[in-house]
Amino acid sequence: MGIFVDERACNGCGTAEEPMCVRDCPGDLMILKANGKAAIRDNRECWDCAACVKVCPTQAIHMQLPASVVVRGVKLKGRAMKHKTLWKIRLRDGSEKTYETPSTGKAPFIPSL
Amino acid sequence: MIDIESLQCDLLVIGGGAAGCVAAVEAKERDPGLDVVLLEKAHIQRSGCLAAGISALNAYLTEGETPESFLRYVQRDTFGVVRDDLVLSMARELNEQSHRVEAWGLPIARDEHGRAVKRGRASVKIFGERIKPILAKRVEASGVRVLNRMNVTGLATRRGRVVGAYAFHVRTGRFVAVAAKAVLVCTGGAAGLYRPSNPGMAAHRMWYSPYNTGAGLAMGFRAGAELTSFEYRFIPLRIKDAIAPTGEIAQWLEADQINARGEKYLEKYYAHLGGKRMTTQDRLYATLLERRAGRGPCYLDLGGVNPRRLEGTIRSYLSMAPPAAMIMSDEAYYAKHGGEMAPVEITGGEPLVVGGHGLSGYWVDERRRTTLEGLWAAGDVAGGVPKKYASGAWAEAVLAVRDMIAHARSQTAAPELDEEDVLAERDRVFAPLEDSEGLSCTDLEERLQKIMDEYAGGIGVGYGTSEGELKIARLHLERLEQEVSALRADEPHALMLCHEVIERVTVARVLVEHMLHRRETRWHCYQERLDYPERDDARWTVFVNTRRARDGRIEVLERPVVRTPLAVVLPSLTDGVGVVQRGEG
Repeated sequence: MGIFVDERACNGCGTAEEPMCVRDCPGDLMILKANGKAAIRDNRECWDCAACVKVCPTQAIHMQLPASVVVRGVKLKGRAMKHKTLWKIRLRDGSEKTYETPSTGKAPFIPSL
Repeated sequence: MIDIESLQCDLLVIGGGAAGCVAAVEAKERDPGLDVVLLEKAHIQRSGCLAAGISALNAYLTEGETPESFLRYVQRDTFGVVRDDLVLSMARELNEQSHRVEAWGLPIARDEHGRAVKRGRASVKIFGERIKPILAKRVEASGVRVLNRMNVTGLATRRGRVVGAYAFHVRTGRFVAVAAKAVLVCTGGAAGLYRPSNPGMAAHRMWYSPYNTGAGLAMGFRAGAELTSFEYRFIPLRIKDAIAPTGEIAQWLEADQINARGEKYLEKYYAHLGGKRMTTQDRLYATLLERRAGRGPCYLDLGGVNPRRLEGTIRSYLSMAPPAAMIMSDEAYYAKHGGEMAPVEITGGEPLVVGGHGLSGYWVDERRRTTLEGLWAAGDVAGGVPKKYASGAWAEAVLAVRDMIAHARSQTAAPELDEEDVLAERDRVFAPLEDSEGLSCTDLEERLQKIMDEYAGGIGVGYGTSEGELKIARLHLERLEQEVSALRADEPHALMLCHEVIERVTVARVLVEHMLHRRETRWHCYQERLDYPERDDARWTVFVNTRRARDGRIEVLERPVVRTPLAVVLPSLTDGVGVVQRGEG
């Protein structure tokens, strides 16, 4: 556990050979349902790696942790851009924190200590 | 009856993770005329244990370090039982291979002098969220034939030589027999042997990839390859619940390990183990002892850490272990709203057979040849070199491929598979799809994990075990192996899950034989024999190896530790953690 697909936002990646999440899941857990929407086979099998979350072109997927790890309300969204990834963590009061991580190319400069 | 598709190539790479991607590219760059096939169970874009990303290269020679000093560091951590030749040959490649992947687009943090930014003595900071897509892009541009969704189930052998491999497609179920002049196995280590840290819905909230299930180890064992040091199980000391790496906080934020009283327990109570410089396994061991002494649980002390650096840590976790970032954000939320921030508690995870951190895996030579002709091994599936991590996997991949190319060139005849062998493997692979009484793979997985946890030193029993318990584990695992013929699957994805359980049962059986054989306690927690609680250097400075005998039994062998004479003088170890020099020469 696990990820959740917002069926209003998911378009099954349109005319693509297969949805991006179906391609990228390292556990082969994502499938395309008959209604043209992506879905996870079984959230118990999910590693919480967020590969599907970041690659989704319509940001239809978010991640939540199981209740035994975090009680409720914390959600993660992300979006892979060319050289960076944008992240949004929704906290339990509904407020959001955003982060940016460098992903390819030149690393941000870090001064020597 | 399932059709058999045949494929031929020069070099076959099994597994498209860190090692496999670099191996495939290296082969095409050295000889563009070679026909290279890569088989991957998922999709190389995000497969293997680096799917979520990484935030450091933990095997890198920082300024002032040498291959020899790296070797000394590894020798110290393993109490001398290590393959010097393998560590040195790997260490010589570490930086070059890291810089090569940097040139492909991996951002390595650098300071104003252009030096890689140190996180630890052999560790540099990177921004590795996109590491797999970066490697995959390079593979795709190199002309390698990539077959994604191919679950490799077995090695094809002919007269004792490895001549290819068998695989099925995890979505369509088509069966492919690949013949190759040289085969590289780099399928990673094995998770899911033991009951995991978290229950039920969170069972896969673990550190190592739950999809790395020891396929390469199991197929090598069945083909008769010699395996080493499974008893050196790697057990990660991790952030509780998230089961995320601690290095980001311990190294980058320089947080101390403290007990429930706020004491720096490594220094205060365990100076005899080396204090803050103790070995990796002793840091876990000391954490467990603190709990037994009534001073647990233990934490990473974030007391003095600047909140802005903490934000940086959340970003790092997003790039490698997103659940940890979510948990830390939630804690920060509580702190902001007047609550108390829960400390970062640390705990041990499930024991793993993983050669990139521990010693376990294929027994290989300096060229990364296994004991089977025609088969090479690299990365987490190869043994003898702990602390190789991602960059060490790249180094091993390159070393293997250089030798494989020479071997492939010397083979003039096209490789051929044994027809009977092909048919037998097809029948074995698809047996769970046949109509049978039906045992679910989840059922069998739970049984396996329960046996291992209770009788072979799992989390539940504090990692220790003894002969009587291990013999019960052996008995139950033998019975479990007979049960695998009852596994049932109704479609190819479920068939993959069945084979993942079968592989783990095989790996677990081998593991138990290794644990039974080493009658000492060399590496606390990793290899903790309650009936032989002391380290015995005179008797046990040896490798424990296994291979499948002709009658199917697991044969145990011992191999000597051979020290490579070093041309440089290294500082002696003065902190009480001895390195055994037996076998010098």
